[in-house]
Amino acid sequence: MLEVIQGGALCTVQDLGRQGSRHLGIGHAGALDPLALAIANRLVGNPVGYAGLEITLGPVELCFARAGWLALAGADFGATLDGVAVWPGWRTPVRAGQHLHLGSARIGTHAYLAVDGGIETDMVLGSRSTDLHAHFGGLEGRSLQSGDRLPLGHPHPLLHRQGVKLPDWSPLVRALPGPEHAEFTDAARQRFWGEAWQVTPQSDRMGYRLHGEPLHRDAERELPSHGVLPGVVQVPPSGLPIVLLADAPTTGGYPRIAVVIEADLWKVAQTRIGARLAFQLCDAAEATAARVEQTGYLRYLDWSLYGG
Amino acid sequence: MTTASARFYALGERAVVIESPPPVEETCQQKIWWLARRLSSHWAVRGVIPGMNNLTVLLDPALLLPTNFLPELEALWQQATEEPPHSHEVRIPVVYGGDAGPDLPDVAHHAKLSPDEVIARHAGADYLVYFLGFQPGFAYLGGLPEELATPRLAEPRLSVPAGSVGIGGCQTGIYPAVTPGGWNLIGRSTVRLFDPSASPPTLLQPGDRVRFVPVEATTCLK
Repeated sequence: MLEVIQGGALCTVQDLGRQGSRHLGIGHAGALDPLALAIANRLVGNPVGYAGLEITLGPVELCFARAGWLALAGADFGATLDGVAVWPGWRTPVRAGQHLHLGSARIGTHAYLAVDGGIETDMVLGSRSTDLHAHFGGLEGRSLQSGDRLPLGHPHPLLHRQGVKLPDWSPLVRALPGPEHAEFTDAARQRFWGEAWQVTPQSDRMGYRLHGEPLHRDAERELPSHGVLPGVVQVPPSGLPIVLLADAPTTGGYPRIAVVIEADLWKVAQTRIGARLAFQLCDAAEATAARVEQTGYLRYLDWSLYGG
Repeated sequence: MTTASARFYALGERAVVIESPPPVEETCQQKIWWLARRLSSHWAVRGVIPGMNNLTVLLDPALLLPTNFLPELEALWQQATEEPPHSHEVRIPVVYGGDAGPDLPDVAHHAKLSPDEVIARHAGADYLVYFLGFQPGFAYLGGLPEELATPRLAEPRLSVPAGSVGIGGCQTGIYPAVTPGGWNLIGRSTVRLFDPSASPPTLLQPGDRVRFVPVEATTCLK
């Protein structure tokens, strides 16, 4: 059991999200930085898709009712366990009764906490992820608050503290051209790929709204509603792009100028409000190579933690 | 037929889209549903999202890349039939007007009809669920009588109660959960459109037929 002493302003149970119900309007949800959740899970001996906590806005304080192991990855929140620093990218033993404290993000935006055995809130429609908009999954479909108790799975026997090198964040995000890419003016396309876009405070788990010089289309045709996915970059009539993330609705109607590749979507999520990011045009072969490289990174991490 | 001019393209590295050109027709949508059902059991498919005249198919890219799937998608679209699905007719009780439908007078004014006439025409039409999206269980319905089409509110409401029945442009629908919204609210229903613990979790499915049934406030709203 993990007891929430302080839930902060935004802290949710997330795994790798929901699949297979999108035709009913049910969104993906899940960790905004699935790579960080996977790393934290592997550090404590869990499969990559176990549920953990996504901490966005602190301060968060948690009390462990049982001994075990914890790992943090993603943003650095200056976490401490009973006052002693806990570094992202390491697994740390925890005794029953110890308090984990996370303040606010110093680097990045979203931290992930994994506990050995995982967080075992109910599985809803194939996932434990919190859907904040439809109010289900996770713990009652909401952000955690003081007094909440989270059930944990069975602990794993692990031997010693160990760390891994976390992937480097960069503001360069590779993307494929979207279906309506060619409908934008030459100038708009040049700006989209050539300029840095600022993340605005209106950004959330649904999507990151970017600020810059507005993008215009040659054709002003209305698009019929179509399916959208995390990673799709929409351009609404304001001309300012939105990168859709895990909580995006299943359908949309705005032109899709680009699609961020899956291997780089976590970089968008970890970009701080006010910071800039830039899109780098790539092709399908590069996207595949990046995905294979990320899978390889997780395999290497496994090997370094648990051997061949 | 539309087959020749349909577009087939990749959307990112794990999805493909079949997009049939306008106009929106029930026969085309029936082919979309057929294809969605057919593909949902495909070995490399992880999800399908029917849209208006289009279908987005999510693949497991470790098993099958979009470019390698496009020829198969094109071939399947040629085979797609216009057989209507095994759809249900769903009757949805609605309390029209008053607190449940604060924009009914505005819709009536815009349509140059009496509020009672708006109710009679809204409840007198047959609606078809083209697809679901926006929120879990939110159905995009075709079949709103043309004269009831009303522009969206200039200032969207910050919070629309769950179950609200609205008209936005030439569409009508029901909000499954509390949400901000810009549609004109003409009534409210207590039916539950989305229940994550139910199977299936949504009351409406693509292809279902919907009728709105006017009821008195006391029989429906607590």
